[in-house]
Amino acid sequence: MQTTLDADTTPAPPHIAKHPLHWRNRDYGHHWRNRDEEFDASKFGMWLFLTTEVLLFAGIFCGYAVFRMLYPEAWSNGSHYLDWKFGAANTVVLLISSFTCAMAVRCAQLNQQKWLKINLVITLVCAALFVFIKLKFEYMVKLGDGKAPGTFFSYEYAQNAHEQLWWSLYYVGTGIHALHVVIGASLLGYVLFRSWKYQAYGPTEYTMVENSALYWHLVDLVWIFLFPLLYLIH
Amino acid sequence: MMTTLDTHDSHAHGGSYFDGPPGLLAKIWQWMTTVDHKKIGVMYLFAVLFMFFLGGMAALAVRYELLDPVRTVTELQGTELVESTTGQRLAFLQDIMNAKSPNEVYNRMFTLHGAVMVFMFIVPSIPASLGNFFLPIMLGAKDVAFPRLNLMSWWIYVIGCLIGVFSILLGGVDTGWTFYTPYSTTTDADHYRVVLMVLAAFVLGFSSILTGMNFVVTVHKLRAPGMGWFDMPLFIWALYATSIIQVLATPVIGITLLLLILERTMKIGIFDPSMGGDPVLYQHFFWFYSHPVVYVMILPAMGIISELLAIHARKHIFGYRAIAFSSLGIAAVSFLVWGHHIFTAMGELAAVLFSALTFLVAIPTAIKVFNWVATLYKGSIVLNTPMCYALMFLFTFTIGGLTGLPLATLSTDLHLHDTYYVVAHFHYVMMGGTVIAFMGGIHHWWPKMFGKMYSETGGLIGCALVFIGFNLTFFTQFFLGTQGMPRRYANYVDEFQTLHEISTYGSWILLAGFLVHLVTFIMSLVGGEKASANPWGGLTLEWECESPPIEHNFHHEPIVKHGPYDFESVVPPHCDPKDYPLPQSH
Repeated sequence: MQTTLDADTTPAPPHIAKHPLHWRNRDYGHHWRNRDEEFDASKFGMWLFLTTEVLLFAGIFCGYAVFRMLYPEAWSNGSHYLDWKFGAANTVVLLISSFTCAMAVRCAQLNQQKWLKINLVITLVCAALFVFIKLKFEYMVKLGDGKAPGTFFSYEYAQNAHEQLWWSLYYVGTGIHALHVVIGASLLGYVLFRSWKYQAYGPTEYTMVENSALYWHLVDLVWIFLFPLLYLIH
Repeated sequence: MMTTLDTHDSHAHGGSYFDGPPGLLAKIWQWMTTVDHKKIGVMYLFAVLFMFFLGGMAALAVRYELLDPVRTVTELQGTELVESTTGQRLAFLQDIMNAKSPNEVYNRMFTLHGAVMVFMFIVPSIPASLGNFFLPIMLGAKDVAFPRLNLMSWWIYVIGCLIGVFSILLGGVDTGWTFYTPYSTTTDADHYRVVLMVLAAFVLGFSSILTGMNFVVTVHKLRAPGMGWFDMPLFIWALYATSIIQVLATPVIGITLLLLILERTMKIGIFDPSMGGDPVLYQHFFWFYSHPVVYVMILPAMGIISELLAIHARKHIFGYRAIAFSSLGIAAVSFLVWGHHIFTAMGELAAVLFSALTFLVAIPTAIKVFNWVATLYKGSIVLNTPMCYALMFLFTFTIGGLTGLPLATLSTDLHLHDTYYVVAHFHYVMMGGTVIAFMGGIHHWWPKMFGKMYSETGGLIGCALVFIGFNLTFFTQFFLGTQGMPRRYANYVDEFQTLHEISTYGSWILLAGFLVHLVTFIMSLVGGEKASANPWGGLTLEWECESPPIEHNFHHEPIVKHGPYDFESVVPPHCDPKDYPLPQSH
């Protein structure tokens, strides 16, 4: 059910009040009986999609578990190469962004247009910060040392023959996760753009905000598992 | 996200769904951008049938090569000894396909057959075509839950197929449709055809996931008023179980194929034993998807059979709930049995467990078969084309199912694995199951989809030819397999020649059968008799709308007041009660 109870009732600025994309003017799909059913269905669809995402990452975690069991030393060495401080920093960044993202949904429900935008901006800044830390302090440095995936691996001081495999899984896991960060940020960016331009989201129309936020929480959640597995346990 | 969506191309009521705007280009554009589930279903239908044709051609090439064994003969011609090779029937393709040897042409042919048939034909076949068209109508809805996502799924399918066909045009791949490492990482070293083909399968997976998600949400949220879960037609139950598998299994093949692409392009080593990787891990990942997906292929077929048998025998389906739950049961068990594809690559205990779990699949499957047979008992059976196909299904699918049990048994599997026995079993289930039911379903719903009747004579002749051709082609392969003929070989010992010949002749009869169907369908579209709204006297909701359905399916939202199979107590809509005397109570 969509909420309108405590919502801010300030009318929209006149130049967008009549715009078809303003949340008060939005229609819903004609194959639905009412707006709420469509909203429920969209959210249900999003949850199903998140299930597929979990299973996608499950493949990577499964590979991680198998090779960790086969080559415990290489895996232990691998996590020593990573600096937990950068991982922890990124974890904090993502947790903050998840909070602001959840607040953005709440603001949309309450028609607090200004705070909706502020929360989305903070979320996006966090996303950018995450990618920046990942690229600048981790990928670039590691790649410079020759700790690269597959054929590009040229690190001379590896103590274990299977460290190359560790780096492959590291790049696949964090790489696909980073790709998801970018996709999630794009979705949220789209939401920000539309709320900036048209006030497109409000108490009766925030499906897109909610679904993008759900996606963002999943991205956060995956990192919550990647961080200890890659950085913390030896 | 879905709120501003324009659910239908036009809001005109009355005309059938394929009345488009005037002008050819406008019509094409309308079809390309349509969000109408019926148009998308029809486009899928023609696309998957085209892919069936493509995969079928490769199959015929494989059978043609196997018509006789490859032999090198040394003859004395005049004073010289001349060496000549016979039986390399695909040698003429060697230059065209840029292959190193005639045997490589053969390897590519069976790979193309497998990859096209599995990824581009049989996985999307029934759900995406008949499912897309009829799932919303049978639920009494105007469309699927996410019409735009449906269109996206269609275009992703098209893109995936184009990538796959492009890879074939570049010469094709010879890894087998399973893309096992190290074949897929070491062969085709100077080209990227394998990468392209794997990418095609990866892309097609997205299409499958989107369709599955759409169907699950539609079934949950868009049932007509009065339609509870147990008032749904069994075809819907089957599609629901199918969709769950699609959603849960396909992402795993997604990550697997992605890792394979990285392995092939960047040598990340995860599947490469020389770097400490594990090729068997690939097989586990692959079958974790690909075993459940054989139930994606067969479950919708089982749903179709439940419909056909009940309607064309004018009888309430026997054991409705048992059939509905057995679909879910199959879906659940499907995730636990992948290991039986790699018995020889795992420990004894694991193999025994997987063997035992595999036997579990037989239970819900047998429940279905017994219920279908019980449905026929004392029914008023009409032997039209859909019914004949349904009966054929009972025959061939049962053979396919029962021959699976020796493969699940460890001791016999050791002898039978990787032989023609497996090939025959698989084809009895997939072709004798899915394709046969698909053909039956197409005939059954043809009048509804296109508003024209097909020629019953043509349908029955085609059906008979398919039955004879299919059994000749594949029953012989059980014998070949038990005698030790391994699969995927272009050559064989002389003793096998008779059986191989029969099999190849069978494949030609099969081709003739499908050509008869093609002609029947074209004739029906061109000059077929106009179909009434309910030619078979069905009680499910699709028979309450017009043939072909209008843009929004129903003039008014239907309210469900009777079960889908209450033939004993309800006069079907659009049927004159005089022509439809209700059966006397027994």
